Amino acid sequence: MNATDMPATALIAEDEPLLAANLKAELQALWPDLRIVASVAHGEAAVQQALALRPQLLFLDIRMPGMSGLEAAQAIAEDWPDDGSPLPALVFVTAYDEYALQAFEQAAVDYVLKPVQPARLAQTCARVQAVLKQRTSAGGGAIDAALGQLRQLLGSGPPTAPPVAPLTVIQAAVGNAIHLVPVAEVVYFEAADKYVRVVTLEREYLVRTSLRELLPQIDLQRFWQVHRGTVVRSDAIATALRDEAGKITLTLRGHADRLAVSRLYANLFKPM
Amino acid sequence: MPVPTDLPHNPAMPDTAPVHESFTAGGFARHGLIVLGFNTFIGIALAIGRGGDWRIQMVYAQCIGLSIWALMDFGRMAFHPDPETGWPRGWRRAVLQLGAVLGGYLLGSTLGDALFGRPLLDMWRGSPRMLLSYLLMCLAVSAGISFYFHARNQDQLRLRQLAAAQRDIAEHRLKLLESQLEPHMLFNTLANLRVLIALDPPRAQQMLDQLIAFLRATLSGSRAALHPLSAEFARVADYLDLMKVRMGDRLQTELDLPAELGTQAVPPLLLQPLVENAIKHGLEPHVDGGRLVVSARRDGDALVLSVRDTGAGLSAAPADGTHFGLSQVRQRLATLHGEAASLSLQAATDADGGTLATVRLPWSSP
Repeated sequence: MNATDMPATALIAEDEPLLAANLKAELQALWPDLRIVASVAHGEAAVQQALALRPQLLFLDIRMPGMSGLEAAQAIAEDWPDDGSPLPALVFVTAYDEYALQAFEQAAVDYVLKPVQPARLAQTCARVQAVLKQRTSAGGGAIDAALGQLRQLLGSGPPTAPPVAPLTVIQAAVGNAIHLVPVAEVVYFEAADKYVRVVTLEREYLVRTSLRELLPQIDLQRFWQVHRGTVVRSDAIATALRDEAGKITLTLRGHADRLAVSRLYANLFKPM
Repeated sequence: MPVPTDLPHNPAMPDTAPVHESFTAGGFARHGLIVLGFNTFIGIALAIGRGGDWRIQMVYAQCIGLSIWALMDFGRMAFHPDPETGWPRGWRRAVLQLGAVLGGYLLGSTLGDALFGRPLLDMWRGSPRMLLSYLLMCLAVSAGISFYFHARNQDQLRLRQLAAAQRDIAEHRLKLLESQLEPHMLFNTLANLRVLIALDPPRAQQMLDQLIAFLRATLSGSRAALHPLSAEFARVADYLDLMKVRMGDRLQTELDLPAELGTQAVPPLLLQPLVENAIKHGLEPHVDGGRLVVSARRDGDALVLSVRDTGAGLSAAPADGTHFGLSQVRQRLATLHGEAASLSLQAATDADGGTLATVRLPWSSP
């Protein structure tokens, strides 16, 4: 029995229970061979289950509590194991978000609109089936295509937050004191749950904000995002080392920490 | 040209240029042509009244008329014109007018003398009475024409202000409606409804009724001035039932309206933005969801309404929010009750966390 005869597997991430049940029922009617391996109600669960069960196809609702569908897709792509198994095909599910639709079309990522129309869902299923079939015959290269799509989707940025003047100083509370840390002195920012670690050459601070909220206020010409949880000052990077598996690790000037670059951002580092 | 920089900001006219439109080449040309027309009439009138060569009368009329116009129209710029009408005010206007008439008469008649090869300043040789009568005539005519220009500018200004105000009202209405009929909420509700139709028709029907009640209240809400608190709670209940179909167990609700408070009059859908915020920013982003409590109580002379959630809390409030919902509630309260009503938003103090929004209104005795 070869891989093409195995039934395709899918995961559904949708926070509204009725809609999740309905998507499952519609999929079973349209694609009886598809095996739904999990149906989860939020982004974190989607990442966890996708990495554990390794489905070939993900249906991700865009707006979910906690982590959005887009963020979940990013986390799954970054943490997907390096054993040659292809990234799952992505289908986003959204109720109304004109901006996102444009982004999906530009990145050629599949999406379905809620309420889900059976005819439209059938088209999506046919496309996904073709993609999965092509993958088993083409082997490698598919992962690069998937990463390219995701990069483009993430690069188009969040629709909210008008551009603001970049922050010049970070105010970090340490005990009773507030330390003013010039952004120019920050070596890197790292997400730590609901906080952000702000690391300078001398010491590090914890600030009570999420990296998601901080990112739009940072000058992304000077600071590069190298992982969903890491943003590093580009002129603080000394070397980018690629190991046998293709993983890139950064060493820093004047700082002993080493930072991992996720495969989504690996394309930042290539010789001139 | 000196433009006062400390003008009071008029929000109804956000796009008024600091320089009045009559100071453009087109504006001057229009004025000049109108003056040319008036001068022609005056020239004809003089020719009929005084006889002689009509061409001479016409040339003098044009020279004098255009000189007065040029001095007055261009001279406006040196006299601190009002940026909204383009004309100076008060004594400045009188000085401009008198100066322009005297100067224009002198200049125009000298110009006419030169054109016909007469000795310059010929007019001084005529009788002083004649001169005075000409000057008075010029003064009257120029006052009439400048009054006409000024009135026209003022009319245009009012029309512009009116159009801007109407545009503002329309924009505000649209924004209000958009905020209430949030597309994400509407399409998700319809998606759920579509599923329910096949799954549980009676429940689908009930959900549709609630959606209808919610839509009706939203679309007519801005028109009625007040409705009873019991109706307000019923609308909130409709909305929460819709949200419960969507969120399932993640949304628990509690509505607490003491019976004796039901007849209190409140602005329709006053609580709606607060309830929506509590769900959108408090409970929806929270993986485990939470509880939403809407309650009313009397506190002395005040009716106190509160919306409390056990969600993400104020610190998680969106940095990208426009606070349109909150400012709209504040604005409605201020319009109705001035200082006597208020809205406050604070972190809930008990262990469950979340956010507490409190509205205080004057107690209305029946």
